[in-house]
Amino acid sequence: MNLFTQGVPISWYLLLSAVLFSLGVLGFLIKRNLITVFMSIELMLNAVNLSFVTFAHQWHAVKGQIFVFFVMMVAAAEAAVGLAIIIAVFRARATLAVDRIDLMKL
Amino acid sequence: MTGTLYIWLIPLLPFAGFLLNGILGTRLPKWLVTTVALVAPLASFALVLNAARSIFGIGPAFDSLPYIETCPHPWISIGALHIDFSFVLDQLSLVMLLVITGVGFLIHIYSVGYMGHEEGYARYFSFLNLFLFFMTLLVLAGNALLMFVGWEGVGLASYLLIGFYFKKDSAANAGKKAFIVNRIGDFGFLIGIFLLLTNFGTLTFSEIAAKLTANPAWQGGVLTTIALCLLLGATGKSAQLPLYIWLPDAMEGPTPVSALIHAATMVTAGVYMIARTHVLFDHAPFALDTVAVIGAATALFAATIGLVQNDIKRVLAYSTISQLGYMFLGCGVAAYSAAIFHLVTHAFFKALLFLAAGSVIHAIGGEQDLRKMGGLWRKLPITFWTMTTAVLAIAGFFPFAGFFSKDAILYAAYLQGPAGRALWFVGLVTALLTSFYMFRLWYLTFLGKSRSPEVHPHESPWSMLGPLVILALLSIGGGWIGAGAGLGRFGSYLSLSTGARAAESTNPHLELILSIAAVAVAFAGWFIADLLYRQKPAEPAQLAEALPEAYKLLANKYYVDEFYGATVVKPLLGFSKYVLGWVVDFGILGGLAWLLGGIAMLAGAILQRWQSGNLRSYAAWLAAGAAAVLLFMLLPWPWTSPWPISVQFIWKVMGR
Amino acid sequence: MHLILFLLFAGFCLAGAINLLLQSHPINSALSLIVVMTSLAVLYLLLGAEFLAAAQIIVYSGAIMVLFTFVVMLLNAGREERTMGSRAARRVGFPAVVAILAVLATVILRSQGFGIAALSDGITSTEDLSRVLFHELLLPFEVTSVLILIAILGAVALARHGHGDPGRDSERTDAK
Repeated sequence: MNLFTQGVPISWYLLLSAVLFSLGVLGFLIKRNLITVFMSIELMLNAVNLSFVTFAHQWHAVKGQIFVFFVMMVAAAEAAVGLAIIIAVFRARATLAVDRIDLMKL
Repeated sequence: MTGTLYIWLIPLLPFAGFLLNGILGTRLPKWLVTTVALVAPLASFALVLNAARSIFGIGPAFDSLPYIETCPHPWISIGALHIDFSFVLDQLSLVMLLVITGVGFLIHIYSVGYMGHEEGYARYFSFLNLFLFFMTLLVLAGNALLMFVGWEGVGLASYLLIGFYFKKDSAANAGKKAFIVNRIGDFGFLIGIFLLLTNFGTLTFSEIAAKLTANPAWQGGVLTTIALCLLLGATGKSAQLPLYIWLPDAMEGPTPVSALIHAATMVTAGVYMIARTHVLFDHAPFALDTVAVIGAATALFAATIGLVQNDIKRVLAYSTISQLGYMFLGCGVAAYSAAIFHLVTHAFFKALLFLAAGSVIHAIGGEQDLRKMGGLWRKLPITFWTMTTAVLAIAGFFPFAGFFSKDAILYAAYLQGPAGRALWFVGLVTALLTSFYMFRLWYLTFLGKSRSPEVHPHESPWSMLGPLVILALLSIGGGWIGAGAGLGRFGSYLSLSTGARAAESTNPHLELILSIAAVAVAFAGWFIADLLYRQKPAEPAQLAEALPEAYKLLANKYYVDEFYGATVVKPLLGFSKYVLGWVVDFGILGGLAWLLGGIAMLAGAILQRWQSGNLRSYAAWLAAGAAAVLLFMLLPWPWTSPWPISVQFIWKVMGR
Repeated sequence: MHLILFLLFAGFCLAGAINLLLQSHPINSALSLIVVMTSLAVLYLLLGAEFLAAAQIIVYSGAIMVLFTFVVMLLNAGREERTMGSRAARRVGFPAVVAILAVLATVILRSQGFGIAALSDGITSTEDLSRVLFHELLLPFEVTSVLILIAILGAVALARHGHGDPGRDSERTDAK
C-alpha cells in the first residue's frame, strides 16, 4: 500500500477527532459521577484540539496551533475553577451523584 | 394691497387670553384677569376694524378681496392630499368677524359686571376667550377641515360654558346634552368632508367653488348627498329640526353665555357654513329646498312652543331657534345675503334681549319665572327701554333692524313660485307668533303690577348697561345698511362673496305690499298680547283651561325630548349595558384576557417540566440542539439549494 | 512507519476513551484519560506540532489530570451509585450523539479536499509559534495570563474552607 510510504490520510485524523468527541458527549450523558462528567468534557476539548492541529498541518497555518495553545490555557483555568466548584458542591451536598444535585440553592 | 393685515392674530390673541387666564387666572388679582380677558377681544376687534378699513378704503374699493394668509408650514401633506392652515378674509368672513368680535367684546364688558361676584371668574373668561378663538378660526378658515376644527371647538367651548355651574346637576346634564347632540350633527359634517374630498380632491372652499362654477351641468346626485350631510351638521350646530333640543337646555349657562354663544355667534355657524359653501348648495336644488323647508318648519315649530313658556330665558331660546329658522329659510331660497343680513341684525337684538333679561334676573335676585315678575319698568328704566327696542326690532317694526332683514327673507321666499309662497305664509304666521310672544314677555316682565312684591329690584351697574345701550342703538339703526333695493350697500358688498341672487327686487311694489303685510302682522301680534296680558290678565289662564290638550302639548314642548329619550337614548343605553357591557366587555374582552392568561399558565405548566434541574437531561437537550444545528448547516436541503447552508454562507462571505 | 504509529496510538486513544466510559470508579476513568492525552501528544508529534505535544504532556497530563486525581482523592469519591437515571438522556441524548457522529463522519468522508499527512510536510518549530504569538497575538496572550489569575482567585474563593458548608449561618440567606 502506498499509504505506508506516503503517510496517513488527513481524514483519518479528523475521523478520530469526531469519534473522540462523540465519546465525550456520550460520557457526559451516561456517567453519574460529577468528576467523571467533567473528565468527559476534557475529552471533548482534546478531540477538538486534535482537529485543529490536523487542519493546521494541512493548511500550514501556524494560527491553528496557536488556537490549540489558547484552548489549553483556557482548559486549565476551567479545570481549576470547575474542580473548586465541585469541591464546594460536595461540601454542601455530601454527594457527587449528578442526579442528586438538582436544586439551584445550595 | 401692501402690507399685511395680521389676520392670523385675530384668533390667536383670544387663545393667548384663554391660556393666561386658564392657567394662571386663579392666582392673579381680579383686575388683571379682567384686563387680560378684555384686551384679547378688543385687540381682535381692532384688527378686524383695521382690516375692514383698509379693505373698504375711502370709496367702494372692494375688489382687493379675498385676502388670504396661509401658514408656510403645511398641515397635512400625504400623497395627493394637501391641506394648509389658511385664513381667508372676504366680505362674508369680514361681516361675520365684525359681529363676532364686536358683539363679543360688548358681552365681555357685560360679563365683568354680571359675573363679578361669581366664583370661577377667571375660568369663565378663559372659556369665553377660548370660544372667541374657535369661532374666529371657524369663520376665517379657508378649507373645510380647518373650519371643522373651529366647529368642534365652539362645541367644546359651549359645553364648558353651559356646564359652568358644574355643581348643578341640571347644568352638567345640559352641557352634555348640547355636546352630544352637536356631535350627531358633526358626524354629518364629517361625512360631508369625506365626500367632498373624494369628489373634489380638495377641501379648500375657493377651489371647490371654482370646480363647480366651471362645470354648471353638474347638479344633484352626489352633490345633493354632500349638501345634505353638511346640512345635518348645520342643523346640529344651529339648533334646527331635528337637533334643536339642546338649545333650550343650554339656558342653564350664565346669561352672557346665552347671549354670545346661543344667540349671536355659535348658533349662526350653521348659517355661515351654508353661505360659505353656497356654490355647492346652488348645484343641489333638492338640498336647498330641504334647507328652506327645515328652516320654515323650525321657525313655526319653535314659535308655537315659545308661546306658553314661563321661563324668560326659555322664551328667548325658542325665539332664537325660530329666528335661525328664518335664516335657514333665507339660505334655502338662495338669498344668502339676506340670511347673513338677518344674522347680523339678529345678533344685535337677540344679544340685547338676553343681556337685558340677564339684567332683569340680576336685579330681582336670580328669579327667572315670568309669572313672578311684573312692574319693573319704573325700577329698571334703562333695561326697560333697551329691551323695548329689542322687542320692537325682533317683531319687525319699521324702522328697526329686524324689519329690513326679515322682510328681505320673506320677499325672497315669496318670489320662488307656489312653494315659495307657502313658505312665505309660514314665515308670516311665525312673525305673528313672534310678535305675540315677545310682547307677552314684555308685558309680563315689565308692565302691570309686581307679582312678587317682596323683591326690591335695583338697576344694574354701568358695566352691564353700557353694552345694552350700544346694542339698542345698533338694533335701531343697524338695519339701514341693508335698506334699499337688493339690500342696499350691504347687499352689493356681500354678494361679492355670496353670489348675487337672481331676480333681485324686480318688483318694488310687491316688496312694499309684503312689507306692509309683515308690519301689520307685527301690530296684530302686539294687539293680541295687549289684549291677553294687559287688559284681561285672567284670560290666558282661561284659554289654557279651555284647550287643555293643546296647552299641555305646547307646554311640554311637543314631548320631543321624551320621544327622543324613548326611541334613541333608552335603546342606546340598553344596548350599551347589555350588549356592550355584558357581551363585549365581559364576554369577549374578559374572555380574551382569561384565555390569554390560561394559555400562559398552560404553557408554563408544560414548560415547567423541562426545568427539572437534572443535569443529564439538560445535557441531552444540549446535545440534541447541537446535532440539529449541525444537521441544518452541513446537510444539503433539497428545497433550498444543492449545497448545505454552511457552504452557501462561506460563499457569501467570500463574495461569490 | 507513520501509519503504524498512527494506528497504534489512535488505538490507545480509542481504548482509553471507551475505558473512561466503562469504568465505574472515577480514579480509573482519570487514569484512562491520562492514557488518551498522552497518545494524543504522540499524534501531535506525528502532525508536526512539537511544542504542542510537549505542552499537552506538561499541561494536560501533567497538571490538569493530576489536579483531577487530587480532587478524587480529596473527596474520597467512590464507585458510582445507581441513581434514578434520566429518561431524557436516554431518549433524546443517544440519538443526538449518533446524529452528531453520523453527520461529522459523512462530511469528513465525503469531502474531497483532504490530502495525506506526511511528516515531511513541515514541522512547526517553536520559533514559528512564538513569532506569531508574541507579535500579532501579544494582547490575547497577556489577556490569557489575566484569565489564569482570575481562575486562581476564583478557585481559591470557591474552595476555601467554610464556603458552601451546609448550616453555616453567614453563608445562608434564609428569609427569617
